[in-house]
Amino acid sequence: MMATILSGVTWTIALSLTALAIGIILGGVLCAMRTSGVALLDFAATVLILAFRSVPPIVWLFLIYFGIGSGIVQVSPFQAAAIGLGLITGANMAEIFRGSLKAIHPGQGEAARALSMPPVWRMVDVIIPQLMRISLPSVVSYGIGLLKDTAIASTIGVPEIAFKASHVSQVTFRGLESFAFAGALYILLSVPIALASREIDQRLRARVAK
Amino acid sequence: MIDMLEFWRQSLPQLLTGYRLSLLVTGASLFLGIPLGLLLALSLQTRSTWLKLPSLSVVEIGRGASILVLLQFVYFGMPSVGLTFSSFASVTIAFTWCTAAYTSEIIRAGLESVPQGQREAGEALGMTRLDILRIVILPQGLPVSVPALLGFSILMLQASSLAFVVALPELMSKAQLIGSNTFRYMPLFTLTAILYAAVCIPATIVVGFLERRLSRHF
Repeated sequence: MMATILSGVTWTIALSLTALAIGIILGGVLCAMRTSGVALLDFAATVLILAFRSVPPIVWLFLIYFGIGSGIVQVSPFQAAAIGLGLITGANMAEIFRGSLKAIHPGQGEAARALSMPPVWRMVDVIIPQLMRISLPSVVSYGIGLLKDTAIASTIGVPEIAFKASHVSQVTFRGLESFAFAGALYILLSVPIALASREIDQRLRARVAK
Repeated sequence: MIDMLEFWRQSLPQLLTGYRLSLLVTGASLFLGIPLGLLLALSLQTRSTWLKLPSLSVVEIGRGASILVLLQFVYFGMPSVGLTFSSFASVTIAFTWCTAAYTSEIIRAGLESVPQGQREAGEALGMTRLDILRIVILPQGLPVSVPALLGFSILMLQASSLAFVVALPELMSKAQLIGSNTFRYMPLFTLTAILYAAVCIPATIVVGFLERRLSRHF
């Protein structure tokens, strides 16, 4: 019983990491749009962020898996889940990045401009490294939430922890043990991530200009 | 296009009856969960280990385990120890648990924002600990938590869509049911998404407005 549920851990981790990667890239783009100073881009990003966050994850997953996936394009459950969770993560990442951007001293960007650094380098060499350090704790705690949200992917058939747990409970009629074990697995997975993040954060915080 | 609108018009009444149940179950969980969250926040601040340890485990399990797993644990798991709940009761129990766990952290942060001097001033006036809490701490600490609590409520309304796994006939179940009869998933889930967004988008904007207003006063 435990071995079956444990075999879902790989899928849970793979899905969390894929959705997080999609979310970080999308969040970066949305954040750039919001802070670009171009009214149209700013508005478009604001609307997208609101829309992504205002529809429940399960509706996104069903919309992508059954809605789009049953048309011309074929989508696997994993892809649908990664895209759906990635969209929501992207919207939240954009807000996290935007908040972190405010914590970077404006002098940093001004100094880079005074050195006549091209805008791209200014971002890559000066702003983004500090942005990563500041946003790390929020990104990780969102990632832990995401890890638990991947359980939703069980409803479209991704064989992760929650899917295996309900499978085991249907076969063995031991729902109590299997769901308790699944719940404990999520807690066990998130504790080391939280501890590692705290450790890394303390080391990185020292390297952000005040 | 006309065809799709006609399909929307036909399925809307059924979806709306489901939505009413979604709102009801969310409301019930918040109504029970937030006071429980306050109790948990208070018992985590006490020095008594007997209060602290059980509260801490309730909070950590509620926050640590996935809400979907929590729900399945109550609905599919509890019957093995002889406790069978209806789908409505299971959803309310699991969501109340989750709400209590998360809101206890929100409320704790709000209470901690009240300066320590306020408590000391109360003690200096010879007020009892209950009176300090009732008259000094809560009236100042609770309003600070309101925007975060409202934001959490929006998330809970979205989470209520998970109740379809235990066959509670709320919005998502209704959509799934119509979908499996008509196979027109795309227009159907689009309408479902619009219905959720129609409540969540204005609510998010209002919460953002409240947050900005409140932060101006502190």
